[in-house]
Amino acid sequence: MKLKTILLSTGIAATAGAVFAAGHETMADEMTVVSWGGAYQNSQQKAYTEPYVEMNPDVSVTWDESSAEAVAKLRAMNEAGNITWDLVDVVASDAIRLCDEGLAMEVDHDELLAEAPDGTPASEDFGDLIVSDCFIPQIVYSTTVGYRNDAEGWTGEPDTICALWDQENFPGQRSLERRPIGNLEWALLCDGVAKEDIYDVLETEEGQDRAFAKLDELKDNTIWWTAGADTPQLLADGEVVMGSTYNGRLFSLIAEQDQPVSMLWDAQVFDLDGWIIPAGLSDEKLARVKDFLNFATDTQRLADQSKYISYGPARQSSAPLVSTHAELGIEMAPHMPTDPANSENTFLYNYEWWADYRDDLDAKFQAWLSQ
Amino acid sequence: MTSATDPDAYTGATPDNAIRDADRAEKGPVLAADGTPLKASLARSLRVQKLRALGLIAPLLIFILVTFIAPIADMLFRSVENQIVSETLPRTVQELERWDGESVPDEETFRALAADLMIATELKNHTRLGSRLNYETTGISSLFRQTGRDMDEVGEVYLDQFVELDEAWEEPETWMTLMASDDWLTARDQWATDKEEAEAAQDAATTAEEAIALEFTTPEPDFQLNQISQEALPRTASIYRQFAQVIQSEDEDSPAEEEPWAIVYQALYEDLTAGRGEGYDGEIAGLLTEAREAVGSFEEVPVREFFLEEVDEDWADPEVWGTIEAFSSPYTAGYFLASADFQLTPQGIERQPEDQQIYGLLFQRTMFMSLTIMFSCIVLGYPIAFLLSNLPVRTSNLLLILVLLPFWTSLLVRTSAWKVLLQQQGVINDILVWIGLVADNNRLELINNQTGTIIAMTHILLPFMILPLYSVMKTIPPYYVRAAKSLGATPFTAFRRVYFPQSVPGIGAGCILVFILAIGYYITPELVGGTTGTFISNRIAYHISSSLNWGLAAALGSILLALVLVLYYLYDRIVGIDNVSLG
Repeated sequence: MKLKTILLSTGIAATAGAVFAAGHETMADEMTVVSWGGAYQNSQQKAYTEPYVEMNPDVSVTWDESSAEAVAKLRAMNEAGNITWDLVDVVASDAIRLCDEGLAMEVDHDELLAEAPDGTPASEDFGDLIVSDCFIPQIVYSTTVGYRNDAEGWTGEPDTICALWDQENFPGQRSLERRPIGNLEWALLCDGVAKEDIYDVLETEEGQDRAFAKLDELKDNTIWWTAGADTPQLLADGEVVMGSTYNGRLFSLIAEQDQPVSMLWDAQVFDLDGWIIPAGLSDEKLARVKDFLNFATDTQRLADQSKYISYGPARQSSAPLVSTHAELGIEMAPHMPTDPANSENTFLYNYEWWADYRDDLDAKFQAWLSQ
Repeated sequence: MTSATDPDAYTGATPDNAIRDADRAEKGPVLAADGTPLKASLARSLRVQKLRALGLIAPLLIFILVTFIAPIADMLFRSVENQIVSETLPRTVQELERWDGESVPDEETFRALAADLMIATELKNHTRLGSRLNYETTGISSLFRQTGRDMDEVGEVYLDQFVELDEAWEEPETWMTLMASDDWLTARDQWATDKEEAEAAQDAATTAEEAIALEFTTPEPDFQLNQISQEALPRTASIYRQFAQVIQSEDEDSPAEEEPWAIVYQALYEDLTAGRGEGYDGEIAGLLTEAREAVGSFEEVPVREFFLEEVDEDWADPEVWGTIEAFSSPYTAGYFLASADFQLTPQGIERQPEDQQIYGLLFQRTMFMSLTIMFSCIVLGYPIAFLLSNLPVRTSNLLLILVLLPFWTSLLVRTSAWKVLLQQQGVINDILVWIGLVADNNRLELINNQTGTIIAMTHILLPFMILPLYSVMKTIPPYYVRAAKSLGATPFTAFRRVYFPQSVPGIGAGCILVFILAIGYYITPELVGGTTGTFISNRIAYHISSSLNWGLAAALGSILLALVLVLYYLYDRIVGIDNVSLG
């Protein structure tokens, strides 16, 4: 009798304990994920959410194509005290900004993310790409230059970034992004500044003047773009003969749309894109997001994404797993910005430096453009 | 001219007439049946009616106030609001009042800064403040971010020495005795007992639901300081209170179980070396006296030195301090100054360097282009509206649909279509080259400049000019012009002296609509404007969504709003707002 009571009460306590444990791990069934739309979001759906929903059939994922305005919208949501997003895809510089503003949650990468298959902890597998405590890297992309193969009056083929300035050998219109980041670095590089000294030079008044003076040479022959789709369109229409854009856009222009365009892999500006978790999520939502992130950023999933788009996986351990394009069947590794042949001469964009100088240089850049 | 409906011509018993009669009555007021003056009784019943009318429109009024007026007011308020500096760095701002504006501030200021930044770092406010001040002085953003990382080291040297002196200093218990008020300690004991009981009840629960219902969720009572230590050790008390608040609210922990931050020991050292603490006669007076006697021989690490040598030498830069001082007041004109290409510096108001002046130019350009677009809309819209109003109804309805058709097409589609038409390898240039008007190697630049914006926006805004014009012209009787002609006017004179003046209200309405829409346009200039065809609204959008400088965006928006109101006022004075017909 006594034994039975003890057994019974232990049983109840154990059940209660189990329910508690489960209660604390209850995960929301709905998840709102924010991304960029288009081919990029499509690749995320194919590689991450579709397999995840297959494993967890009761989860529904809603997509919101607001990444371009994510920082402003998250701030507004935070002020209104109503966060409706669970996971947001942003570029690294926005992640730093969101972290600074206290709008993104700081995460422990090793605790949250899966290890590499060989047991390397996540923080080592991602390495330097973890540029902020709030940022979970996903892909590496680069801003690089594409040029038309059939441009008239050209002598030779462009093989350095400085071909942008070379109107003698490569006459024609250019297109560049309408922001200082990237352009000022290229200007100094082509004005003879060594790659490692660029930010030191750009910090000084004279260095900035020097960069703008170099850009002056381009100004009359350049269309300044704001959307990543502009340059591919301009190249396809023959409006420009050479222009900068994201490497994935150029890949789809060349490989999928078969346009007479080539890509230049020189001094391309490396940049990162990844996830942040908005600060202030409820425990249930957070549990779901963490569970999803652990799955979506593991070695295989990151490698899978490159089947659909030519951006490099952020994990070192994913690189050997990159296979062929899902529809075209071409080998994707040679089109990755992380491929050794492509990354011989890359340019690492300094996030912290730009976080300081962005406001100032953007005002200068816009004033310079308007003159 | 009077008619039967004219109120003054109507002689029956209307409320208006009754009031008038009551006014006219010389021999005392006219009384209503219940003996009150008729005037008052009438006013009362009219008031009821007015209130009822107000009640009817109240939902709409409240809706507009809450969803339209309030957000605008809130946004405009941001253009002057600047509480972040004084709220995040209260001690520093106070110390900076003594600063001479040139040298590196003294030890006291650095101590205040360390205390402020330690708390800001714990609350993750320091980076937010850094980005705010970085709008004014480049480099502050990373300075604050980096300083935040080193803040928990301030005071560590004193922590070690206090603990070496007596291990009791490490115990949260000691600090509770020293700092907490008796009321709070009692309240906390009560809370702890409640919690224990609740947990015991929960353990005894037989079902899971019951256990969940019994979960103890009351937070620990908010920490309170005692009066004695507040007076005897003001600095230590002030920072300890903030420590306790952060521990309770951010970490959801209890100050009774946490060792204080190193900065609390720093504050205690400051208090004791300044000779304070003698007034303390509480339980651990002995411990404190021992410490007061010992601090004189403590190894000293000045905070100022720590900041300049260990953290960042930029703290020696008077510009950083000047910026903090210049933006320390809770309200600032800084954003409005920036919108007018000026800047607020420690030395006063200065013009922005020439290579950063942009807003004056953009405002001028926005005005100029909006006016150009408005005039091109008149030139193109007037003949179309004239044609529409003078054709037989069947034909004019068909044409009206053609005018409205683009209205129903997406704005982005229309703008992109202009891109295809106007670009150098586009349809228009191709035709001109084919005709031979333009040389192939010298094609016209029609897009990514002002021309592109003006063409695309004129097309997009044209219906807003045509529709009010059409509705006014439709009401002009054709026989007026015929009469003028029969009296000998030439067709031109008849148009100029008879028809045109009657169509002016339509032009007025169209101009207001087109101009006000144009001045705030954003998406079309962004897509086809290139560098010389963008508006001020593009810059506002940039500050809202990219740079997050909402204060500056709000100031630019306020100026734009003020400009529109001034123009509206001028228009009213010159043309007369009654002279506008919106249809």
